[in-house]
Amino acid sequence: MVINSIKVQQEDFDFAAEVDILEANNITDGAVVTFVGRVRNQNDGCQVEHLFLEHYPGMTEHCLEDISKQARQRWQLGNISIIHRYGQLALGEKIVFVGVTSKHRQDAFMAAEFIMDYLKVSAPFWKKELTEQGERWVEAKTNDKKEADKW
Amino acid sequence: MNVNIIFFAAIREQLDCAELTLSLAKDQNSISDIKALLIAKGEQWQAVFSSSTLLSALNQQMVNDDALLNNNDTVAFFPPVTGG
Repeated sequence: MVINSIKVQQEDFDFAAEVDILEANNITDGAVVTFVGRVRNQNDGCQVEHLFLEHYPGMTEHCLEDISKQARQRWQLGNISIIHRYGQLALGEKIVFVGVTSKHRQDAFMAAEFIMDYLKVSAPFWKKELTEQGERWVEAKTNDKKEADKW
Repeated sequence: MNVNIIFFAAIREQLDCAELTLSLAKDQNSISDIKALLIAKGEQWQAVFSSSTLLSALNQQMVNDDALLNNNDTVAFFPPVTGG
């Protein structure tokens, strides 16, 4: 049975366990591509102390479902798993997980990149950083829009 | 008709408002009509709603200014997203 798992959660996730889920009883797909996004310690020249992620409950889940549906329409995919966290996250903590399986590596690589690019411009999440100069909302980057437009 | 409005992230903080309900007249039935009503609330509201990057969602779907509204719809306003 094909997995299409979308989770929006506060709690951390276990990377190895998520990969095991994608691979369990899966003898059809030779390719497994995963991406993990983490909180880094600096942004735009400022030291970041922690990150707060806000989202729009309900709309976020619909958006991620829609992105995974679009990926399936473009590439031949087996399992898709997307996890996005919200709330307060410390440096180094995981923010997002994207995992896709496919018979072929090119489809899996492209789908994972597409999902991340689209997620960054269309899923209703907003990052707020606590820096040494105080709190600030992260501004959307025009480059993210360009990356999404290329698809 | 009545429409529920919610604000997120920097927009909510700039307006110091998370949500409100608007009563619309018969000839007011689009996102742009809501924006006009909110702009009239004052300087800070005018600054937020004159931004070209402001995004709108109607019942959790992204929409543009000419999207039409029904009674009890929920409209959200928020800045460009920055997840991932």
